[in-house]
Formats: sequence, C-alpha cells, structure tokens
Amino acid sequence: MAISRDEVLHVARLARLALTDDEVERLTEELGAILDAVGVVAELDLADVPPTSHPLDLVNVWDEDDPRTSLPLDDVFANAPDREGDLFRVPPVGE
Amino acid sequence: MIDTLRLTAEAAIELLERGEMSAPELHAAYLDAIAERDGELHCYLRTSEEPSGEGIPIALKDVISTKGIETTAGSRILEGYTPVFDATVAARVKGAGLSLLGKTNTDEFAMGSSTENSAWGPSRNPWDPTRVPGGSGGGTAAAVSAGLAPWGLGSDTGGSIKQPSALCGNAGLRPTYGTVSRYGVVAFASSLDQIGPVAKTVRDVALLYSIVAGRDPLDSTTADLPEVVVLPEGDSLAGVRLAVPRQVGELDAIEPGVRASFEAALGQARELGAEVGECELPLSYRYGMPCYYLVAPAEASSNLARYDGVRYGLRTTAESYDEMVERTRDDGFGPEPKRRIMLGTYALSSGYYDAYYGQAQRVRTLLIREHREALEGFDAIVTPTSPTVAFPIGDKAADPLAMYACDLLTIPSCLAGLPGLSIPCGLSDGLPVGLQLIGPQFGENGLFRIGHALEQAIGFDTVPERLRVASNPTGLTPSGDAR
Repeated sequence: MAISRDEVLHVARLARLALTDDEVERLTEELGAILDAVGVVAELDLADVPPTSHPLDLVNVWDEDDPRTSLPLDDVFANAPDREGDLFRVPPVGE
Repeated sequence: MIDTLRLTAEAAIELLERGEMSAPELHAAYLDAIAERDGELHCYLRTSEEPSGEGIPIALKDVISTKGIETTAGSRILEGYTPVFDATVAARVKGAGLSLLGKTNTDEFAMGSSTENSAWGPSRNPWDPTRVPGGSGGGTAAAVSAGLAPWGLGSDTGGSIKQPSALCGNAGLRPTYGTVSRYGVVAFASSLDQIGPVAKTVRDVALLYSIVAGRDPLDSTTADLPEVVVLPEGDSLAGVRLAVPRQVGELDAIEPGVRASFEAALGQARELGAEVGECELPLSYRYGMPCYYLVAPAEASSNLARYDGVRYGLRTTAESYDEMVERTRDDGFGPEPKRRIMLGTYALSSGYYDAYYGQAQRVRTLLIREHREALEGFDAIVTPTSPTVAFPIGDKAADPLAMYACDLLTIPSCLAGLPGLSIPCGLSDGLPVGLQLIGPQFGENGLFRIGHALEQAIGFDTVPERLRVASNPTGLTPSGDAR
C-alpha cells in the first residue's frame, strides 16, 4: 500500500478535514490505489526538464492604478453564516 | 407552440429577428420543454421563470456565479450561496442580451465524468436515461441535447465540456487556456480550468465563443485574442492536414463501436479533401492521466481551502474555530472533493512534493513539447473524444480510477493548454460518439472551420432517437403557428 492510515490522518489534519473512521479506512485504500496509478510519473528522469505551472507564455500586463469602489459591506456579509457588526463571528480560536 | 428539440441558437435568433416569436414566448417554450422532460433528465438545479434579456435563452453550469441566483457548484457546502456579483462570462452573455434559462447540474466542484458526484443527484442521458450524460457538465450537455436550452456554457478542466458533449451528441469547445475569463467561476484547478460553449452546431459554438472570449481585466491569466472569431462556412477540407496519433490505434480502452464511428468520420474527412496523416503522442497517453491527477488535485486542495465556514457557505456549529472548520468541511464536501483534496494535499506535502507534484509539473512540460511537435505540419490532431459511449449510471461510481480513465483522450491537450472541439460523428449501439479536434493555441477558428465542414458531411441528427416522434426540421409545428 502506497499510503498508511497514519499518513491519511496526517494529511487530513493538513487539509482541515475531520474524517470519520469509515472515511479514513476507505481513503487509505482508495488513495493507495490512486497513488500507485499516478506514481508512474516517477519512471521518467526529468532532472533537466523545467516545471510548467501555467500553459501560456504570458508577460506582465500593467493596469492603471485606478481606485474603484469595493463591494458594499451588506453584500460582503450577504452570505455570512454569522455576522456581528462589520465582522465575521467565529467560535473561539486556540485551545 | 414551438418545438425546441431541433431549434439551434442561430435558428432561435432568426425567429426573434423575424418577429415570429417574442423573447418571453421563446423563454416560455423552453420552460414548457423543461416541465415536460426535466423531471426525468434532471439537467437543471434551478430555472428562471422570467426572461432577463431580449435575446434567446442560455443555460449556465452551476459553477458560474450569477448575481442573486443560487450557485452551488453541485456541492452541499455551497447550498444557499447566492452570489452578489456576476461572473464575467455571465455578465457578457447578459450584455449580449441573452436570457438566463437556468443553472445546470454538475459533478461536485466539476470533479467527475458522469454528474453522479453532484450532491443533488445525477443527470440522465437523453439518448438513454439509464445512462450518464457524461461530466462534469452533464447537465448542460443533456439540456442542449433534449431541447431544454439552445446552448449553454460549461467549464472544462480535464474534459468536462468535451466528454459530455460527446456522450450527448453535441458540439462543445474547450477553448485555449486564457481566452475566456474565469472571474466569478468556482475554481477547481486554476492552471487548467476553462469556460466554453456547448450547442447543437459548430456555428452556434463559435457564436457563443465570440460573445464570451477576450481579455478580462478581472482575470489576469486572460489574453487578447489574436484574431476575431469567424463563424465557419463552407464544406471543403481541401488543403487541411489532420493527424491521428499512432497510439490511438493501440489503446485497448477505445471501444470497437467508437473506433468504427471515428474511422468512418476520417474517411469522410478524406472525401472532403483533407489529408489524414499520423503523429506521435506516446507520453500523453501513458503519463497524461497520472500527471493530471497530481496537478489538478494539488491545485484543487489549495482552491478548496477557502471553504472554511467563515465567510459564506455551510457552517457546522462547534465549540472551537478549528473544530468548526474541520467539521464544516467534512459535512459539506462529498466523497470526490474529499478524495482530491486529500490526494492534492499529500502530493504537495513536505517530503512528497518533489516526487509527485514537482515531477508532474515537469511531465507537463514534456506533454506541451510533445503536442507542439505532433502539430508540426498539421492543422489539427484528431482522436475520439471519449473511449466509450455513455455508460450505465452506477457502473463506475464505486471505482475512482475507472471514472478517471474516461478522460484519457481529453486530458493531455488540456494539460498543454490547447483548444479542443468535440463534434458528434455517429452512433454506436444507438448512443452518440464524439470526435475530438485539437488545434494549436488560439487555433479556434481553424477548429470551427474543420468541425463545421465535417459536421455537414456527417449529417448527425442531434435529436435523441427516442425524442424524435413529435419533432420536425423547421422547429415550428406544421401550421406554423408560433403560439
């Protein structure tokens, strides 16, 4: 298996996903199979090949620095789960 | 009463221009068709009861933000989310007078090849409702095919426009990366995502592309089109050189019926005067899918980090901030986004970055070079769009790798940033087969010209056989009574 249960739990923490036990079990199996399949990229010796992060050869385009109005606050908060004044309210941060 | 089954966008525009129908009448005719057939097909997540413009209607995939209209990307985590601004493409179709008919179903966050990953249930293929319409843009494709929209916009990361177009018998374009703004479109994998049209004809596809394409100051990855979009005419392919990758002949994944239909279309291309030669894409078919399933999930894991229950979307109540975020994400995302977030996070994590994501980015460079070389001396590469026709609902739902393999033929050119046009080229066991034309960057006009000429020669009837009974070629009932 290409990935262990502990690694799945570690990655879930990095990804901020509170997976259930069933999900951890299923994902350990599925990710193992997927990693085996995608792992074939390791066959290639690519030390001299530059990486591509973007398929177009774009150069910087400079826009005028024109101030524009931002969204009205009521729009910004229109979909907020919990608003308090002009702030998004969340549960306590930290331990 | 109008018959929307055969109505192309161009024909619909003519009906309005000649005053044979009003925009509200046309809108109502589509709503009638939706009322009649969408109960079975489930193309739409929601519809607009009143036309918003003076022109013909359009369907938009539910990843495209529409001001004041719920946009969920097929996900429970965005249930009830109502954008406060329009995506640039939504603003451009509105600006052209088009009227929003509704938001169409998609695999959750456009991740899938069947719409079975939609949190709101799958769409069905109008040619055979026991089968999938393809994905992720299955809702738009099925709607166009069943006469529930004259045309629509989808998004394509690894085949989400081309593959459902093929499975539903439509024309669909994934444009050159950077030609259509992604502003306001729910992000999946930003170096791959493209917006593009789905319609019954190549001319309609070209017309809609001309409306949405072009640089957008709100999306810094967009580029100016080097030439204006030309609506294709003519039926000759004299002087056109098409290349079939030699590897396509060796891929076992391609069904015999798909192969037969594809080869018949190549014969028709030759009769129209095209030269059909051979090119080489060995790396693309061996490493394309593995490369894609590292790059796309890596980018997705980053893009989907924004769904944290703080500013919009679902929030699960919890005692602490961390617990709230983690439980919200577990409750809100379905199995496929979770799989890809996990895969992408792993590929980007310390210790694995170079072996997986870094390596995939280098493979991508090779695929770009390989496509450039393959296109040398040719106007387009031609392959089947999908290795199979529409498959039964449930067939691949439990096997992620089997589902990922649906995009074997569409993925490589997506990684290379190249445009691809799928057109229907025949039937296999009564189900549509798609032919994919891949051109050079910004080569859309060439693809339109080739696709249009082939489309005329093939003469594919885009109306699903089981829906043909009440249909006739004029789009109007024999009395000519337009309501």
